[in-house]
Amino acid sequence: MSEEALFEYLHMEIVKTILQNGEILGETKDDCINKLEWIGFRVGQSVIERMTKDTPKFKDELETMKYICKEFWSSIFLKQIDNLRTNHQGVYVLQDHRFRFFTNISSGKQYSDSAPMYIGLTCGILRGALSNLGHNCDVTAEVVQMPSCKFQIEMKK
Amino acid sequence: MALCIAVIGKENEPLYFQSVSGQDELRLHHIVYTCLDVIEEKIAAMLASINALPTKQGIPPERRDPYLGLLYPTEDYKCFGYVTNSRMKFVLLIDGIRSKLADEDVRRMFRRIHAAYADMLANPFYTPGESISSKKFQNEILSLMTSSSGG
Repeated sequence: MSEEALFEYLHMEIVKTILQNGEILGETKDDCINKLEWIGFRVGQSVIERMTKDTPKFKDELETMKYICKEFWSSIFLKQIDNLRTNHQGVYVLQDHRFRFFTNISSGKQYSDSAPMYIGLTCGILRGALSNLGHNCDVTAEVVQMPSCKFQIEMKK
Repeated sequence: MALCIAVIGKENEPLYFQSVSGQDELRLHHIVYTCLDVIEEKIAAMLASINALPTKQGIPPERRDPYLGLLYPTEDYKCFGYVTNSRMKFVLLIDGIRSKLADEDVRRMFRRIHAAYADMLANPFYTPGESISSKKFQNEILSLMTSSSGG
């Protein structure tokens, strides 16, 4: 069971290192979040290749999103996405009520400014996974009330 | 026995090509690339048949198989194809006359290629989309080709 904690600690340290290096190099917070996103992108590509090795082909975009919300999310974050909404025109909103990386941070207003740093990597993982499945998209995240967060995925044509 | 194995990327760019020595490589390249047309047809047909089903019905497993089977036989070679969920295509050319490879054997070979590819993606020094130069992948493919020549 210590494997779960390992990923969380590693993630915290990655964010901290990128932030510290960013301060030394004079980078903005956005640059740091960008770096984290690209790290996540490469991770997402590799993870999805391994995971979909044995799964049958997806029928369409919606089925791919359902797979992401169920199997993919459970294998990384140990739970499924709680809410998936779509406008059937390429925009999907995934809502996680208890985001794994926020459960260790207090849910008050105190840390809501730093919250975006902790979702950057996950946005990248989502984008990398979808891009390897053939869907180019933009992923943005929104934190209204910790520990829940929303990911908005816009498929590019 | 396996004459040639090729890995082709999402945009149909060649990523890896390995053939048994002593073969006319240019001709093998040519045959592999003509297989791409057949692969595209098969994928389109598969998608069309899946979308034609009513949505509530479960999709029978053979329609969603990554293994495409025999693409087309020429007089000397048999070509087999396999498409992964990430749109990577693997093409396998087999000596049509002397080979006794069963369908199951070809499936098994493709699964090994897919596993080797997934392992290679995990290598941080490999960027997806660039041509494959990993020694480990190459050794795995070479061992596949030599082991298949026993049968």
